[in-house]
Formats: sequence, C-alpha cells, structure tokens
Amino acid sequence: MTSFRVRRPGARIDFEKPLSFSFDGQPYSGFAGDTLASALLANGVRMLARSFKYGRPRGIVGSGPEEPNALMQIETGAHTIPNLKATQVELYDGLTARRTTGYPTLEFDLKSIGGVFARFMPAGFYYKTFQNQKLWPKFEHIIRQAAGYGSAPAEPDPETYDHSHRHAQVLVVGGGASGLLAALAAGRAGLKVVLLDEQKECGGWLLSSPYSIIGGKAADAWLKIVIGELQSMPNVEVLTRTSAFALHDMNLVLAVEQLQDHLPLAERAVNRPRQRLHRIRAESVVLATGAIERPLVFGNNDVPGIMTASALTTYLNRYGVAVGKRVLLHTSNDHVYQGACDLIRAGCEVVLADARARVNPAWEKRARAAGVDLRLGYGISFARGGREVNGAQLVKLDAGQNVVTGTGPSIDCDALGSSGGLSPTVHLYCHDGGRPHWDEEKLAFVVPATGRAKSRIYCVGAVTGEFGLQQALEQTQRTIGDLLASLGKPTDTTSAVDVRTDEPQTVPPRRIFRIPDGKREGHGKKAFVDFQNDVSAADIHLAVRENYRSIEHIKRYTALGFGTDQGKLSNVNGFAIAADARGVSIPEVGTTTYRPAYSPVTFGTLAGLHADETFEPRRYSAMHACHVARGAEFEPVGQWLRPWYFPLPGEDMHAAVRRECLAARRGVGIMDASTLGKIDLRGKDVREFLGRVYANDWAKLAPGKCRYGLMLDENGMVMDDGVTACITDDHFVMTTTTGGAARVLSWLEKWHQTEWPDLDVYMTSVTDHWATAAIVGPKSREVLAKVCAGIDLSSSAFKFMDWREGTVAGIPARVFRISFSGELAFEVNVDANYGHYVWEALMDAGGEFGITPYGTETMHVLRAEKGFIIVGQDTDGSMTPLDLDMAWAVSMKKPFSFIGKRSFARSDTAGPNRKQLVGLLTEDPEIVLAEGAQIIERADTAPPVPMLGHVTSSYYSPELKRSIALAVVRDGINRRSEEGRKAGRNVLYAHAGGKAHKVRLVSPVFVDPKGERQNV
Amino acid sequence: MFVFFCPHCGENREEEEFGYGGEAFIPRPSAPETLDDDAWGDYLFMRKNPKGWHWEMWSHNTGCRKFFVVKRNTATNAIAGSWTLSDGRKAYDAEGGAT
Ligand SMILES: [Zn+2]
Repeated sequence: MTSFRVRRPGARIDFEKPLSFSFDGQPYSGFAGDTLASALLANGVRMLARSFKYGRPRGIVGSGPEEPNALMQIETGAHTIPNLKATQVELYDGLTARRTTGYPTLEFDLKSIGGVFARFMPAGFYYKTFQNQKLWPKFEHIIRQAAGYGSAPAEPDPETYDHSHRHAQVLVVGGGASGLLAALAAGRAGLKVVLLDEQKECGGWLLSSPYSIIGGKAADAWLKIVIGELQSMPNVEVLTRTSAFALHDMNLVLAVEQLQDHLPLAERAVNRPRQRLHRIRAESVVLATGAIERPLVFGNNDVPGIMTASALTTYLNRYGVAVGKRVLLHTSNDHVYQGACDLIRAGCEVVLADARARVNPAWEKRARAAGVDLRLGYGISFARGGREVNGAQLVKLDAGQNVVTGTGPSIDCDALGSSGGLSPTVHLYCHDGGRPHWDEEKLAFVVPATGRAKSRIYCVGAVTGEFGLQQALEQTQRTIGDLLASLGKPTDTTSAVDVRTDEPQTVPPRRIFRIPDGKREGHGKKAFVDFQNDVSAADIHLAVRENYRSIEHIKRYTALGFGTDQGKLSNVNGFAIAADARGVSIPEVGTTTYRPAYSPVTFGTLAGLHADETFEPRRYSAMHACHVARGAEFEPVGQWLRPWYFPLPGEDMHAAVRRECLAARRGVGIMDASTLGKIDLRGKDVREFLGRVYANDWAKLAPGKCRYGLMLDENGMVMDDGVTACITDDHFVMTTTTGGAARVLSWLEKWHQTEWPDLDVYMTSVTDHWATAAIVGPKSREVLAKVCAGIDLSSSAFKFMDWREGTVAGIPARVFRISFSGELAFEVNVDANYGHYVWEALMDAGGEFGITPYGTETMHVLRAEKGFIIVGQDTDGSMTPLDLDMAWAVSMKKPFSFIGKRSFARSDTAGPNRKQLVGLLTEDPEIVLAEGAQIIERADTAPPVPMLGHVTSSYYSPELKRSIALAVVRDGINRRSEEGRKAGRNVLYAHAGGKAHKVRLVSPVFVDPKGERQNV
Repeated sequence: MFVFFCPHCGENREEEEFGYGGEAFIPRPSAPETLDDDAWGDYLFMRKNPKGWHWEMWSHNTGCRKFFVVKRNTATNAIAGSWTLSDGRKAYDAEGGAT
C-alpha cells in the first residue's frame, strides 16, 4: 500500500466528489473522474486477478482498452456485465465489481500451487493433450472453471439498445491532438463532420501530459479552446464515449456509444438506451487512432505493480494517483522521459534504466536536472516480488547486440513502468483489407501517411508513426490540407493553427523487445508477452522449435493475442520474438489479421431494437383472433403463426387431431388457409409465362377454372407447388406454399426481367390482401349454401377445380372448389378486412352441422392420407415430378422448353435407382415412425448398412385407425409395383428409436384411392 | 456492407436493400433439347468465380425490385459501376465480354 493521491494540474479528478464502490465485497472509495482501475490503485489494490494458465498474481498493466489483466464482473443479477476492463469502467457511486479470475479464490488459486499445472502446460498444451477428443469432456469443466473469466448474465437483459444511421462528409476517429486538429480543419471548411472518441472526453494522450505546450498554450488550455470551437460549429458533431470498432467496405464505420454505463443504476433513465450503435457512412474517413505503448519483456514482468510507463504517467497526471513512491522505469526510447520528470515533481523517487547507452541529450539534460537517477545501457533481467513488485535486478547490455555483458545493480522499487515503444492502433485501417508496414527505424507497424486515397481513408498522427506531438500535428495539417484540396476547399484553415511544441526532437529507439538475462530462453524467469493468455517468450520459442512458421499458426498454437485485449500490448513483442527465434526480419514474420471488433461489443448493441418480434416480425392472419378465442394452440410456419390444433377441455393433441380429422372426413371442418402465398398476374402473355415456369400446360385453362401446378428449377427439381386460377384470359391468381411465397415471386421476376422481358406480364404479391377459409367435408356444400349468394353450388354447375365469384355472408368472394384433403371442399377468399367477419359467419352457418375448426396438424394428416406432398418436407430439392410419381402434372408436349424440362434427360435425372416417393405401412399398425427414420434393407443393423431412403411424413390416421407414412426410397416405385411385390422387394425396415421396424411399401394414396369424394 | 447505385431508382442505397442475383450474362439456351449433357451442365452449374472483376446481377429487393448489373472486384470489393441489364450487356461486350 504505497500508492498515494496527488493533486496535479489539469487532472480529471474532482476531489470534492467522493464516491464509494465495492470490489470483491470490500468497500472502497474514489472520486468523480476515476476509472475503476485508478480508484483501485489509489486504494492500494495491486493484485486483482490470477493468470489463465499458471494462476500467477496479476495487477493492472494499462490504462485503456489494452488492459489484459483487470477483467471485472460489474454489477449483479440482470445488470451484470462480464469481463469489462477496469481501465475503461468509469467509477460511479455504488458500483459493484468482482474479480473474474482466481479459482477457488483470488487469494488462493489452485493453479499456482508449486506450479502443479505450470510444468505440464507448455504452448500447445490443449492441442497435445486433447488430441484424444474423448478426454476433453472429462476435463472441460475443471479447466474452464479454473481458467476463470466472467459469467454471462442468466436473466433477460432489462436494458434497451438502439441504432443510429449517420452520413458524414468527414468522419474523424479519435479525439486526441491530431483528431481534434483534423476535425477543426474540416469543420472550419464547412464540411459535415463527425468526431468519435472512445473516452468520456476528447484529448487522448494530452490528458496525461499536462506539461505539453501547443502553440504557446498548455495542453489543458489548448484542449478547451479547440473543443469549444468544435462544439460551437453546427456542422460538427462530437461523440464521446463512442468507440469505433469496425471499418467495413465503402467507409462504413460501426461505433458503439455508451449512454448510461457510467451512471449509478438508480440514475439510469429507463426510457433511454444503454448503448447506441452508430452506423456511419462517411465520404472521407480520417483515422486518428493514435498508438498504444507496449511493455518490454523481462523476467517476472507480470508481478503486480509493473505496468506500462505511460499507464503510470496517466494514473499520475490524469487521475492523481502515484502508483508507488519509489519508481523504476525501464525504456528503449524517448517516450518515458517526460513522465519520469512528472513523477519527480509529484514527489516520487525515480530510477530510469534506458537500454540505450547513448540517449537523447536534450532529454538526458532535462531528466538529470529534474533529479531522475539515470542508468544508461542497462536492462531489467528480472523483477522481484510476489503479490507486488519490490525491486528488480539490472544487467549491463552490450551497446550493439542484445546480449548481457555484465551484471548491474539491484534496485528497490514499489512501482515499475516499462516502455518498449509505441504500437500504432492500425486495426481499423486493416479491417477492410489494408496491411500495416514495418518501420524499422520507429520499430512499429504503421499505416501509410498517405492513407488510402482511393477509398478516401486518411491517416493522421501517431497511427502513421509520427510519435512526436509537433511532427504528428504537422503531418495532420498536411494530410487534411490534401483532403480539403481534393474537395476543392480552401486549405489554409489548418495552417492558421500554431502547432509548435517545446518537445525535443525524438531520437530513434533501441531495437530491443525481450531484455536478455544471460540465459537460454526458457531457462530464466518467465517473461510474459501476452498476459491474458499466459504466453511467455519461451512459449513462442517452443512453437518455432516445433516448426511453426506462419505467425497465424504461432498465434493459434500459443494463444498469443487471443484475449479480450486482442493483443494490443502483446502482438508486436510476439512478432518480434518470433522473428528473432526464426532468425528472420519482422516484416518476414508479418502480422496476424486484424478483424472487427476492435474492442468487445455486447450482443444487445448489435441487435439494437431488432430483437424478438422486431427481429423476425410475426405475421397473423386476419382471422387470428377467432382462433385465439377458440383456444387454439399455435405453431410458427415461416413468419406466420398458424393454428396447430383446437383442443377442447381435457383433450391432448392426439385426441384433438383425431376429432378434427374425423369431422373433416365425416361432417365438416374449417381451416384458415390465408397464409398461402398469392401472386396476382396480369398481362396478355401470362398464360405463356405460366407455361414456361410450370411443368404443366396452361394453354386451355378457361376462365372459371383452376389447375394444380408443379414449379421446377432449371435442374428439373420440384421447388414449389400450388393452384392457379384463370380469372380472365389476361388475369390469373397463383397460390404458392406458405413458406415459398417471397422466393417464388423473386424467381418469377428474375426470369421475366432477365430472359423474357418481351412478355407482357405484371406480378404483384397479394398474400395479405385476401383472407381464406377452407370449408372441408361432405357437409361443406350445405354450410356454404346457407351464406353464399350468386353462385350455383350444385355439383353439375360448380365442378371440382372450378372457381366462382359471388358473395359469402354478403361479402364479395372468390370461391374455389379445390381440396387439400380429398374431401368435397370450398376455399372462400374475401378481402382480408372481412376475414374475421366471414370466418365467424361460416362458423355460425356450420353450427347445426357441427362445423369443426382444425389446424395445421389435421391438415397434414388429411393430406398425407391422400399422398399429397408438402414441398420441402416430402421433397428436398432433389426430387423430380417423376420421382414423386406425378408425371400427370408434366406436359412434355408444350412447344416451349419449360424450366427444368431439359434436365429430365440428364443422365443422373433419367438414371435408375433414384429415390422416389412411396407410402409406408408398418407391420405393427400402432407404431408411428419418426420422421427422418432411415429406410434399410434388413433388420440386421451390423455395419455396413446401406441407406435406401428416409421417412418424410408420418402420422396416425384416425380414418384408417392405424399409422401411415410417406417416404422417399431408392427405386421405390418399382418396389411397390406388382412385380416388386411378387419379388418381395416391397418389404423393408425403417430404423427409428434404436429399432428396425418392418414396413411395406405401398401407394402413397391411403384414403379414397380413386379420388371420388372430392368430386361429389 | 456495400452501397449500390440502382440505375432504375437513380439512387445510392445500402446493401441491405439488395439481393445477390448471381453471375450476369448467362443466357438461357434458346433450344435446350439440342444441347448435349455437357453443354447443358455448363449452363446449369459452371460459374466463373474469378479473383478480380466480376459482372454480377443484384436485385433491388426492397426498392424497385428490378435486376441490374454490377461490375465488382471480388478481391477488393471495389465497384466499377452499375447498369441496367441492357446497358450492362453493352458495357460488358465493349470489354470483349472478358472479366
Ligand atoms: Zn431500384
């Protein structure tokens, strides 16, 4: 507990506003402006995690999205959020945080005991151990629990999320010095500008650097002026707490805005979303995403209290927290010098070990003058300490080679910061295919300073490798000048800003990533590269020794960069160590692929309001309320919710379906058929068009007549079916399957537009315009007669497959005499607005005949009893009309070669032994086979067992008082023929529920094989 | 996510309004019965799948419901332009029908 609060100029802490919070059940306090991380550090909490593989104590390493260790479970119950980085959680009063690692407890982690696991868990442990996949299930639970990480909420998310679509002329990502300057220039030029910054206020590193001077002004004052001007411009929008996490084709940037996460739960507005997804389409994108400091890799570099040097400086200057009293800094570059001076000014003792023997004279002078104890040409061999750092052993480094030339002093410290250089945040630039290039002088993967002009993506500041403040601002001015010039805008709007700073000119860093300890890799103290996944330098060497070459493979073998921090700290070190281990250059190793999302995004935000019913809208027929009132059970069919069956009190589904089936067969039933797709076709060539898209002939279908049609794809396979009615010579109404309506319309439109634009055909979907009630059964005519006017319903005047226009219950109606049950049946179509009324009128009219509403289940039984197919259930895209024994629905005489016809003659389609539709009867009439049951030759299921087909539909038939099934079986039509029966080829087995059931192949038409009932 | 210019609507619109319509300019043989199985199989199944420029159809599903032609680079997702079917055919032929 050596950390202490300090008051710093420009710090973002309000010491007048104390806040209380809890961590792992312990109460703590912080101040407004703190992050959870800064508040924990101020309270002296060092160890707050256990590592993934070895259970080693871990503390806070970073100060932003790069944080690998401090993963927190925030809040409880339905509001709980797992794995938030403490460095990004704004502190609020009453915040509750829990650790996510450490098993069974943080203080005592099973994995840490004597390195029990450590010895056995080298890189590739999981691959090597669980190659035998049978072992995995046994160990998965233990390993996952021991590995830790947060828990997903178990309750439904009580919060809402929304989406916002934006269009910007210039989108600036990143509100640091360069991003602010870019937005200012574009804003002054009158462009519509959106500026995003992931933190709660703009400023970036300037917020951690109060002594920086821009144009003679202190950083804090400069920020106030620039942000003030931006906010005053009506054409500029500044979105803070907004993290751009993806850049897609054509400059579509996705960003998530945190609207309420920083507020105490009780203060969050229930009518306001928690987060908002911005989908921003930008004419030009300016990436000012900055850079993140990476640590140096040395022994025991994971002991709590060791962090990046910039994180130490940020906690000091921005949050007013000195992490330690005696600070040891270790660097290979210039970036830590200002921070070292700041720490001294805050009252710390500072030792700065620079790996370079000769350093920037300007910085050396300033540091020594401030009182920094400079040790040049030294590296840290290893750090000391268990649960917190207490010192480090230095070694003397060779001035040229990265080798140890001698021992060095042992330094006591209570905080340690290291800097291995800056790694530009190139992620967004790379999301749509860009690759960063390695700059050997700056030791960084950078994006081109010219950006990607063709895509209008511009890059400014540290992301391009301009790490000095003044150089970054000058480069920003040049680049934005180019952007404005390309739009014909005056370019003097940026040069008006004075960007001179008092920073010394930067000198090159030393090319060092892994500090040598004089030992062979793997023989010294563990030196971590990726903290979250416990990947050490030795692991990467091991992967290379085991012959992994591609960095993508090394990544997957070691888990380098796989954590929620996505390698923001570890990747460059990992690539460099892999390069050294392989003896090649860093560009030869390259980088892994940068993919969205840059930082984790919750599913709720991605879904926005497109959840539940607004994700997949539920469709209800106009008669829906009638069915609800009658106690129907419903089932979803595509987007539709259809009545499934109508149980009476005390009835189960089986009893209800039995009653409904018998009513339709013996008396009268009624079904809502509104959901069938309906397409209205008009034009003088519709008849010709139908002939081309259906297998059957439409030339002679007269007005007042209907016909069933099979629609094929060009491969000759059945893709849809339905009844089409001729209204007049140039007007037809087609029905499609419920699920196929949209697909069929698109299909027809495609053929019309791409192949036959000369045909005079107009198509409109009218599915929702009509409500349809099917009255089914021997008494259906009597029911209809009571309410129908203007139609002669006699069997001689209104034949099967006729349609007539009249009124039903006084409402204009089209009545089709068609049947999907094999019974006498009429389908009444009325304007959907009258659907409810007409259904009730038909129910009233049918009362005296015992009219029985039925749902989809009974419909299926009735149609299966007749062998009527359901496209998509009894067919699967590989069935021709001939396979379905439906040659009667194909006209080979039509002059035009209809879609699919030629394919009948393809060798495969015309070949023998195809799967064909048959009926199946089980030997035991009580057994209802499972749909999908495989059809096999013998009861004996010792392999190999050739599979001849499968059951497609299976029901209990109340009419036949036994089970029935439809199936597709190889050579099924021959098997069930007279000859097949004589040869005994019609007896097979259906394998279901672990048993082989003897079945007989029969005609699929089980009821009324001659089709007499529908004609009465 | 692309933005397409629909030549029928005269508008730039988001990809979610459109549906992919497959490779463009695969005319249906006028006399299918005269083709042998190989030639018919080519028409049915064989597609170019280039890495580079590709002429393809898109349909403006939630807009005008018209098909149109897009020349898109499958490697970079750059879009060279979009045309009505007939204008696209002319542009395609002017390139010698090559990818
Ligand atoms: Zn359009």
